[in-house]
Amino acid sequence: MPAVKFTLNGKSQTVDAVPAMPLLWVLRDTLGLTGTKFGCGMALCGACTVHVDGRPTRSCTLPVSSVAGRSVTTIEGLSPDRSTAVQLAWIEEDVPQCGYCQSGQIMTAAALLSKTKNPTDADIDEALRGNICRCGTYDGIRKAVHRAAAMMREGGAK
Amino acid sequence: MSLQLNRRNFLRTTAAAAGGLLVGFRLEADTPATDSKLNAFVHVGTDDHVTLFIHKAEMGQGTVTSLSMLLAEELECDWKKIRTEFPGVSREYGPNQGVVGSQSIRSSWVSLRQAGANAREMLVQAAAQRWGVDKAGCRAENNAVINTATNAKLSYGSLADAASKLPVPAGVALKDPAQFRIIGKPRKRLDTPSKVDGSASFGIDVRLPNMQYAVVARCPVFGGKVAGFDSAKAKAVPGVKSVVQISTGVAVVADNTWSAMQGRRVLEIQWDEGKTAAYSTPGIMQSFADITKQPGQTQRQVGDAPAALASAAKKIEAVYEVPYLAHAPMEPLNCVADVRSDRCQVWASTQGQTAARNEAVKITGLKPDDVQVYTKYMGGGFGRRARADYIGEAVEVSKALGIPVKLTWSREDDLQQDWYRPASLTRFAAGLDADGWPVAFASQTACTYFGGPRTAVEGIADTPYAIPHILVGSHNVDPGIPVSYWRSVGYSQNTFFHESFLDEIAAAGGKDPLELRRRLLANSPRLKAALELAADKFGWGKALPAGHGAGISVANNIGSNTVQIAEASLEKGKVKVHRVVCAVDCGHVVNPSGVEQQIQSGIVFGLSAALKGGITIDRGRVEQTNFHQYDVLRIDEMPKVEVYLVPSTAAPGGIGEASPPGIAPAVCNALFAATGKRIRRLPIRPEDLA
Repeated sequence: MPAVKFTLNGKSQTVDAVPAMPLLWVLRDTLGLTGTKFGCGMALCGACTVHVDGRPTRSCTLPVSSVAGRSVTTIEGLSPDRSTAVQLAWIEEDVPQCGYCQSGQIMTAAALLSKTKNPTDADIDEALRGNICRCGTYDGIRKAVHRAAAMMREGGAK
Repeated sequence: MSLQLNRRNFLRTTAAAAGGLLVGFRLEADTPATDSKLNAFVHVGTDDHVTLFIHKAEMGQGTVTSLSMLLAEELECDWKKIRTEFPGVSREYGPNQGVVGSQSIRSSWVSLRQAGANAREMLVQAAAQRWGVDKAGCRAENNAVINTATNAKLSYGSLADAASKLPVPAGVALKDPAQFRIIGKPRKRLDTPSKVDGSASFGIDVRLPNMQYAVVARCPVFGGKVAGFDSAKAKAVPGVKSVVQISTGVAVVADNTWSAMQGRRVLEIQWDEGKTAAYSTPGIMQSFADITKQPGQTQRQVGDAPAALASAAKKIEAVYEVPYLAHAPMEPLNCVADVRSDRCQVWASTQGQTAARNEAVKITGLKPDDVQVYTKYMGGGFGRRARADYIGEAVEVSKALGIPVKLTWSREDDLQQDWYRPASLTRFAAGLDADGWPVAFASQTACTYFGGPRTAVEGIADTPYAIPHILVGSHNVDPGIPVSYWRSVGYSQNTFFHESFLDEIAAAGGKDPLELRRRLLANSPRLKAALELAADKFGWGKALPAGHGAGISVANNIGSNTVQIAEASLEKGKVKVHRVVCAVDCGHVVNPSGVEQQIQSGIVFGLSAALKGGITIDRGRVEQTNFHQYDVLRIDEMPKVEVYLVPSTAAPGGIGEASPPGIAPAVCNALFAATGKRIRRLPIRPEDLA
């Protein structure tokens, strides 16, 4: 099996994997980073969202070979201590219920806020409509994204 | 490193382990504090931490937090010093450990407060003995016992060992609810921090040394069996290790989940499809429509409905129907099992720990005490995880191969091999008197029964409305599609049927829907109070924007009362739900913010079904494969939801299943008000509103 080399959560990572194996399964089964979740396997639900070179990306359909030389960030790499604005806001708004989709929601929200400093409800809906939450935490998610944006604007958190 | 971890260390390690670490193979860097067991629910550590054992399971409904509140209220511990753990399955926690029927608070309301009070009493007694004073001169406060005469203080941690050696006290009085400091006050969830950094450990996240990964190919037709298979191509897939037949199909086992899935794709199996291959949705629904023209098994009879219908001034009839529904929890089903000759360990996100153990006992032949079930966070359950079928599969594969196995269902497996909310059809008739008030109400329902006939008609047979003549009947029709509990069970369809038809009665009699319900609920004070609260908060009767309508629904299930009023419109042929007001009387509230979360959650769950949900059968097979064909509500479709609590000191009701039943009828009644079109089948179809 060929080795794929990429940057994972800021550190150099090499894995031996079938090139077509989706990044999701490399993360979860090969590397043991289980914060990124399997939900549908068809890029329909957003539970597996990670950042590839800063862009929110569905890892369940992304062949691991395609991240060679690129930078991948997972929920575990967002911060060592839950200190990003999005995570702090998620705690403050008490967003999660079962919590299973929240890694994907948070990664998508973090990517939105890196580009859009003051998102409207419409911006939030547009960015997050691909992320399913069966528990129905959508209202909390909206509030938390607005709160995180405010924290970032005020310079309190990154 | 020793592999012989004791269970306490093991659980602590499991709870602490972040994603990449093997469960059970990480020891704390420092020596953990010694914990003293005061009872099955409360341990106190020498480091002053209090560990609360949550014998239920967490699927998002907030059990970890609300049960901790019950314990902490009487324990007088410091909320910041609480740790929670899920204990393994144990008879200490009752004969049927699990989370079904929105029972957690109802079944724990007294027992957990008593467990907290007993533990506190033991700590107070230990302090009194240490000081040589009567325990009446001591009080517990904020994780310590205080000597009221001297103001001396002993921490719980310093008393834990002595307290644990005392006999369990009897007759410890519980607080007057007026003295509650924790119960009834909004409290943030204890599980939130671990759910924002990827560290919360779900069943699917469990990893064991030398574990392999399995998926199962099951007959696409329900009830079908393996006639034969050729594993050569599957075994040629890189990473695939074994192919083994089990009772539900053929398992492909690999060194990662994806390789197992790739192997399954090329596995050649011949199926004996069985008799359900003869059934498809149109025929099933037609059979329901046909049989309900005849009276079925009588489920409720008040007065003489046939005679009252015959003599009524006006008679109306309507037929309502709903499809099968899948649960589709976000975490696909999975289980990790490690079967050895003398023991079996199971790690599972499950709603039924005892059911899981029973399944493993049945397959392994081991004694119940030799089977351990470790409870993991569930990525949703909604009733699906009360079934132990997926646990049995993992146990079978591990037993066959003699290695630890993680068995995972794909989303396609989840949607196509579920135990569905039954498809159902109800034929109604109502008789009105000359003034337009209902005098007779009759219904015949057809669906597949499970657990007896009650679930077929709950939400109709137990109608709270005072109508003088009632007849409710039902038929059991079983085409072989597996059906079971789905969040709010029979109410999930019957409240839609009943509350929509009640709206038809109002329209036929020329009555305002609120006015009719007020009159018919005159003898149901709790529902009536919730109705008035919802109407007041919504502003019933006020002018709405052009094209908008308002609709009401009333529900009384799981010991709670909910009234929903929805505002909806049709925008470019698409249903838009603008606002939902929900008034709730769920008895004594433990965590108001938890109640609000669950009401919102249930409304989203019910709206997904009302607007989008539908599993259809073609020759015994499910047609939908993934979320593109079984879509659910998305963030841009989320209405504004307002939750109002009716103050109550009555015993608590359930909450997790309180709001799914009422949202579909509230929305459909609002659409009738907006468009004049009556929706009599779900999901709502554009052609039914055209």
